[in-house]
Amino acid sequence: MNGDILGVFAEALASGRIRVVDLTCTLSPDFPVIVMPPELGQSAPFRMERISHYDGSGPAWYWNNLSFGEHTGTHFDAPIHWYTGRDLPLNSVDTLPPADMIAPACVINCVAQAARDPDFLLTISDVTKWEEQHGRVPARSWVLLRTDWSNKTGAAYANLQPDGAHTPGPDADVMRWLVEERDILGFGTETIGTDAGQAGHFSPPYPAHHYLHGAGRYGLQCLANLGQLPPVGAMIVAAPLKIQNGSGSPLRVLALVQERSTG
Amino acid sequence: MTEPLAKPKRKNPLARTRQPLLPPSARSRKAHGLTLAASVGRFMLQCCGECGRYTYPAREACPSCLSSALSFRDAPTGGLLLSETRIEVTSDPYYRERMPWRAGLVKLDCGPNVVTHLHGDCGGSGVRVAMSLQLDKAGQAVFFAKPVSETPHMEDDPQWRELIADPKHRRVLISDGRSATAVALVNALKKAGAAKIFVGVAEQWKPFEERSSLEAIEGVELVDLDLTSERSVQELAMDIGAKVEILVNTADHVRPAHLFDAGAANTVRDAMDHTVMGLMRLAQAFGPVMRSRGADGATGAVAWVNLLSVHGLSNAPQFGVHSVAHAACLSLSQWLRNELRPGGIRVINAFTGPLDTEWFQTVPPPKVAPKALADAIIDGLKRGLEDIYIGDVAKDIEARLFDNPKAVEREAGR
Repeated sequence: MNGDILGVFAEALASGRIRVVDLTCTLSPDFPVIVMPPELGQSAPFRMERISHYDGSGPAWYWNNLSFGEHTGTHFDAPIHWYTGRDLPLNSVDTLPPADMIAPACVINCVAQAARDPDFLLTISDVTKWEEQHGRVPARSWVLLRTDWSNKTGAAYANLQPDGAHTPGPDADVMRWLVEERDILGFGTETIGTDAGQAGHFSPPYPAHHYLHGAGRYGLQCLANLGQLPPVGAMIVAAPLKIQNGSGSPLRVLALVQERSTG
Repeated sequence: MTEPLAKPKRKNPLARTRQPLLPPSARSRKAHGLTLAASVGRFMLQCCGECGRYTYPAREACPSCLSSALSFRDAPTGGLLLSETRIEVTSDPYYRERMPWRAGLVKLDCGPNVVTHLHGDCGGSGVRVAMSLQLDKAGQAVFFAKPVSETPHMEDDPQWRELIADPKHRRVLISDGRSATAVALVNALKKAGAAKIFVGVAEQWKPFEERSSLEAIEGVELVDLDLTSERSVQELAMDIGAKVEILVNTADHVRPAHLFDAGAANTVRDAMDHTVMGLMRLAQAFGPVMRSRGADGATGAVAWVNLLSVHGLSNAPQFGVHSVAHAACLSLSQWLRNELRPGGIRVINAFTGPLDTEWFQTVPPPKVAPKALADAIIDGLKRGLEDIYIGDVAKDIEARLFDNPKAVEREAGR
């Protein structure tokens, strides 16, 4: 094999043998954010206020001031986000090891189940069934739960009912198992959180947050275009903003996919 | 009898929109005692502390006994119409567009003779009239004489309508449909004859209970409006800015916090963003177009109502954040009032104490029911007020602030 791996990579990118898929939703003011009971602190939604638009405030340039919570839009959760990860080393987005920002992904297709049941929960048996077809989940890889939930918008996307949000996610056992038995790097979803909408009622509450961050692993949420990824083989580029002591950040998530025909 | 105000026809798009003009507005500083009275719907004249005689126009010393102990006091509202004039020609630009105009000379029961605007149903000299002080389009106090008893459609008298902000046949925007006051306000505005009521709803992806009640009311249209987003406010103004004749800003964000709480700064910032910055965004988007439509026919743009907490006048520690935000809103509202005056748009501040709603759950009565609040706002619009104090708490604080603001500050939270 050619020793110039990056040269080969560049050539593959240029020729289209490696496709770049954008897994990111557009940051816009009306994109739903996580909702807490109103007496608790709230995540600020994305807001953009104009500084100038080739006008009296700046005759030749256009720019804006932005404001948003760390957990807005397509975003990354660092271990420090949850109490279980608060004492770990390198647990915030600014200390995140750069090598973890590029990693392979396993995509588990649960579109049919999520279409039938908004409260669909991924279980260990779903993952072992997936492994029978695609092989064991490699250590230090992302596991991405594909539900096509990102095709929904607004109220259907948030799906808030009087008893809380109803969106798919992992159950508690599978999260513990993925972290302890499969040593995953992180878990990603298309919904507002890595956890299911009703996960506050699980034991422990919010198991994805609990187990991932407790073991120094990461979360990705509000992902899109997971349907364009193969079950195995995609490389994920997920580099959050370098915010001092930050618990997470919106980010651009890219996937590199090798075209099957040329593979 | 007054000709009832007909539903306005659609505007001819080829016709120029008439620009607002204002009546003469020069007043002495003393005369603003009348402005104060008119702004809250009271009838007050200077009264001598020595000889007890009422006097008008406002002056420095009593014309009867030369005492300087003149203060504004509530006066009886009755009077006798001595003479009346129908003015056909004038050089004043504002009145020139409104000819003919009736004016009269009234002998007030409390003594002075005053020149006054006359309701069309007042009849001729020698009849009894009921007097009030009103704010005209320039925001200055004028006398208005009405018949003593009700006449048919008397609220539609064109001269009277110049001095008020009647919702009849007008289109209204309520800024926050999630407010616990929204349904009551919509119902009260409908009853008052509003032609259409736009109700702003932020983050439509979050369900809320009142949605179905609001949607069920004919003439109500729910529109996207998030006061925390400049873009959202601007986009709504692009759609309906030129259709809003009365804007009722119900924005509020009551979140209790103690000053030394770790998260208090966030709570204050959130409250300021929803209320002060929300009002700022609304003002920037809707202010210019409303100001330009102040003379757009008989039902042109006429009023902007800000629902404010009376604790904005003096901080109540149990609602410290709320008080801070509304103090800033009041200041912004005064600024807005000044900016909208050239359009003859009336800015009404409706002050309330705690409302009988969820966020004031732990506050003991008296609290203001949403319906009482809505009725008071309609009353304020129909009487042309500028400052409304709604409910016992607000009225008490108003009276005590007038008497001794330091006492109100010290006793708050005790």
